[in-house]
Amino acid sequence: MARITAGVGSSHVPLLGVAADFGKSTDDYFKPIFDGYEWTKKWEEQEKPDVVILVYNDHASAFDMKIVPTFAIGTGEHYKPADEGWGPRKVPDVYGHPDMAWHVAQSLILDDFDMTIINEMDVDHGLTVPLTMMFGAPEQWPCKIIPLAVNVVTYPVPSGNRCWALGEAIRRAVESYPEDLNVQIWGTGGMSHQLQGARAGLINAEWDNKFLDGLIGETDELRQIQHVEYIRETGSEGIEMVMWLIMRGALGKKTKLLHRHYHVPCSNTAIGHIVLEPAD
Amino acid sequence: MIEKPTSDIKAYLAEFDDIPGTRVYTATRARHGYHINQFAMSLMKAENRERFKKDERAYLDEWQISEEGKAALLARDYNALLDMGGNVYFLSKLFSTDGLSFAEAVSSMTDMNFPEYTAMMVAGGRSPENNRSIKDNLAHGRPAVAPAKAKSE
Repeated sequence: MARITAGVGSSHVPLLGVAADFGKSTDDYFKPIFDGYEWTKKWEEQEKPDVVILVYNDHASAFDMKIVPTFAIGTGEHYKPADEGWGPRKVPDVYGHPDMAWHVAQSLILDDFDMTIINEMDVDHGLTVPLTMMFGAPEQWPCKIIPLAVNVVTYPVPSGNRCWALGEAIRRAVESYPEDLNVQIWGTGGMSHQLQGARAGLINAEWDNKFLDGLIGETDELRQIQHVEYIRETGSEGIEMVMWLIMRGALGKKTKLLHRHYHVPCSNTAIGHIVLEPAD
Repeated sequence: MIEKPTSDIKAYLAEFDDIPGTRVYTATRARHGYHINQFAMSLMKAENRERFKKDERAYLDEWQISEEGKAALLARDYNALLDMGGNVYFLSKLFSTDGLSFAEAVSSMTDMNFPEYTAMMVAGGRSPENNRSIKDNLAHGRPAVAPAKAKSE
């Protein structure tokens, strides 16, 4: 039986990809950010997950306004890094796990989550930056990756409660997959940031840290946070944090904290990172 | 027991209008700004970027965008574009066509220049204090949007 053994939360700021790709990760500006991921890189080397279900949002790369899926799962064999306007990142291609992805997709649909199925797409910084932060710069990514894209751009985006419930359903789906696989789930995006208008640059470290606290242990209070609170307190793009709740929901009733990191700023954004394991 | 979020879409949307200096990308904006955003998306292709750079006006004339929209695009007036339903993730294709970093383009929407904006971010970002609610700000005799002030000041 496949098992979800851990959950990882992380910001996915594109500038981190630039810093890593152009050898700037030890510069004064970036070092405190990358240092907070060193623990996780070593831990991942020991954990050796077979599959990562990577929850992220596409930033107008694979999807434009023609089609806006709320929840979409990648069932393809292979995805290339997207050209986001300055050429694709020179990072390894991403290999999926079509058999497990189709199993999860079918299970979720029967479990009342009407997923969109993606067989072909390019993956942007939302997906490749977390891979870089957790795995560094290997020749090939060390595991299979199932992309799970969430609409957090066009409103209404899914509620935090719905995201948590999707996580719970993902756990049931993974645990009904017959092969004995070590599966991690990553929730990415956030934390505080606003990329538009007169209030751009908003950061709310206190709120972000309360959110990190709420991922740990038995509480499920984060399910109740409404969209307007994310936007008011953490900026218009802080809404991406609902994706972390898919990760949290997939870890069961109780979690144990393994690692935590927070730093301001990276470009316009507060960097948050957490590693959790199920503790039921 | 989980509180069910409101299913009253009007009430849900009305709350967003109270947030200072923020245009939430609602269905109304998505409809209004559709062609602006799809134009921006077209700049993902190198050949389109070249054609656009060669003659911006001629390239824009191929799109169903209002005169006002075209003027804002030519002027890179991002706040005006947000008002017309532009979304920053789509507009960012124009930032990269111009060779601007995300942060530099974003700073142009504020009352700060880029070095001031960068200094604010390094000092911990813009404070949420007095920046949560237009109604609350006005009720307390404060400006609708708090003026920029880095936390370290």
